[in-house]
Amino acid sequence: MENLHYSYPDGKEALKGVDLIIQPGEKVALVGPNGAGKSTLILHLNGILDGDGEIRVCGMPVTKENLGQVRASVGVVFQDPDDQLFSPTVFEDVAFGPLYMGMAEEDVYQRVDEALIAVGMSGYEKRISHHLSGGEKKQIAIATVLSMEPEILVLDEPTAGLDPRSRRRLINLLNQLPQTMLVSTHDIPMVAELFQRTIVIDGGIIARDGSTQGILADNEFLEQHGLEAASPW
Amino acid sequence: MHYDLSDQYIPRSSVVHQLDPRVKVVATLAYIFSVGITPEGVWWAFCVQFAYLLIVILIADINFLYTIRRSFIIVPFVLAALAVPFTTPGLEWIRIPGLEWTITQEGLIRLGSILLRAWLAVQAAILLSATTPVPDMFWALSALRFPKSLVATIRFMYRYLFVLADEASRMLRARAARSPRIKGVTRPSMIWQGKVAGSMVGSLFLRSIERSERIYDAMLSRGYDGQMRSLIRFEMRNSDWIFIFSAGLCLGLVQVFAYLG
Repeated sequence: MENLHYSYPDGKEALKGVDLIIQPGEKVALVGPNGAGKSTLILHLNGILDGDGEIRVCGMPVTKENLGQVRASVGVVFQDPDDQLFSPTVFEDVAFGPLYMGMAEEDVYQRVDEALIAVGMSGYEKRISHHLSGGEKKQIAIATVLSMEPEILVLDEPTAGLDPRSRRRLINLLNQLPQTMLVSTHDIPMVAELFQRTIVIDGGIIARDGSTQGILADNEFLEQHGLEAASPW
Repeated sequence: MHYDLSDQYIPRSSVVHQLDPRVKVVATLAYIFSVGITPEGVWWAFCVQFAYLLIVILIADINFLYTIRRSFIIVPFVLAALAVPFTTPGLEWIRIPGLEWTITQEGLIRLGSILLRAWLAVQAAILLSATTPVPDMFWALSALRFPKSLVATIRFMYRYLFVLADEASRMLRARAARSPRIKGVTRPSMIWQGKVAGSMVGSLFLRSIERSERIYDAMLSRGYDGQMRSLIRFEMRNSDWIFIFSAGLCLGLVQVFAYLG
C-alpha cells in the first residue's frame, strides 16, 4: 500500500496516508486502539473499499477488473462469524468461495474437504451454520476462506470473545497455516506468541512498524497509543 | 435459544421424500390453488382433497396428526374471516340480540369454506416443509424460474430471521433489566413506553441494515458476482413425472365434478 487515504461517507477521515509493504510468508500483527483505522485498512486489501492511493496485491494493482483475482488471493475473515456463515449448511458456506471461482464440481468437493480438515472440523458438512458454538463458528469461518486457497490471510480480531480453550485452538491453527498473514487484534499475548512483526496504527496513520519484541518493550510508546504489554486476561 | 425454521424437516426415506423438490413445490402450489378455487359449500370436494393430503402423509411415513397439530398456527389469520357471516347477504338465520347483527346461512357456508381452504392450504405447506430440506426448496424455486431477488430474499430471511429474533430478545432483556417496579412510584405513561418501543424497533432496523452490509462484504470477499450458484442438482425421474401427472389428474377431477355438481 502506498499513501492510502480514505474518508467514510459520513465525513470521518479514517486513513490519512498509510504506507506499508508485506513480504510473502511474513506474519504481521496489526494493533491499535479502536477507531484507529484497522478495519478500514483491511477492507481495502480486497477491494471492498476504494480509497485514494495505490494498493498492490501479489504484484497486481487492485482495480475493478481484477477484483475477482484479488479476492481469490486475499482471504479476509471478518470479526463476526455470523456475517460470514450465510448459507444454510456448513458445506455450502465452505463451498461458496471455490464455486464462485468457477471450479469444477469434484474440485469444489475436494477443496471443502481439505479446508475442513485444515481447521480440524471434518464431519461438520451437514451441520446448520447457526447451530454451532462461537468457537466452532470462527473455525468454520476460517475454513470458508481457506477453501479458496488464498496466498494471503487477513483476520479481523480472531480471538475476540473466545473462551481460553477455543482461543488456544485458534492460535495453534494460525501457527500451522503457511499463508502470509495480517491479523488485526487486541490480543497482545497472541501477538507476542505468533508474530515477529507488528504494525501499530493510530488515528489513521502508522505509528510504528517493526519487531514485536521491540515494540512491546517500549512501555511509553504503548501507553501513548492506548496499548498494554499484558493482556486483560 | 436456538429456534430454527429447518426444524420443520422430518428426515425419512419415503418415496415422497425422494421426489424432485421442483415437483413437490409445484404440486403444493397446485393443491393450494385447487383448494382455493373449489366452489364454496361443496363439502365433499374438500373432504376428498383432505383425503389426498392424508394419503400423501401416509406414504411419507409421517404421523398423520402432524400437519393437523401444526395447522393451528393459522388461527390468528382467519380471525378476519369471522366478519363474513355477518356481511354476506342472504337468508337470515340468527340474529344477535341487542346488536342488530344477523348471521346468514350463506355467510356461514362461506365462512366454513374459507376456513377449510385455509386449513388445507396450510397443511399442504407444512407437509412440503416436512418432506423437503430447505436448501432443496430454494434450489427448486430458482430452478422453476422464480425471480432471483425474491428467492435470495427468502434465503436470507430464512438464515437470519432468528439472528434478528435473538437481537430483539437481547434488547428486550436489557430493557427489562432497567425497568424497576417500585411501590409508590407511578409508571411512565403509555406514550412514553410507546416511544421507547418505537425506537427499539428503529434501532433493530438499523442494526439489520448494518449487518446486511457486513454480510454483503463477506460475500464479495469470497467472490460473489450477483449470481446465486449451487451444487444441488436434481434430474426428473419417472417417479417424479408419475407423481405430478397423477396429482394434476386427481385435483383436476375434483374441480370438474365440483363445478358440474
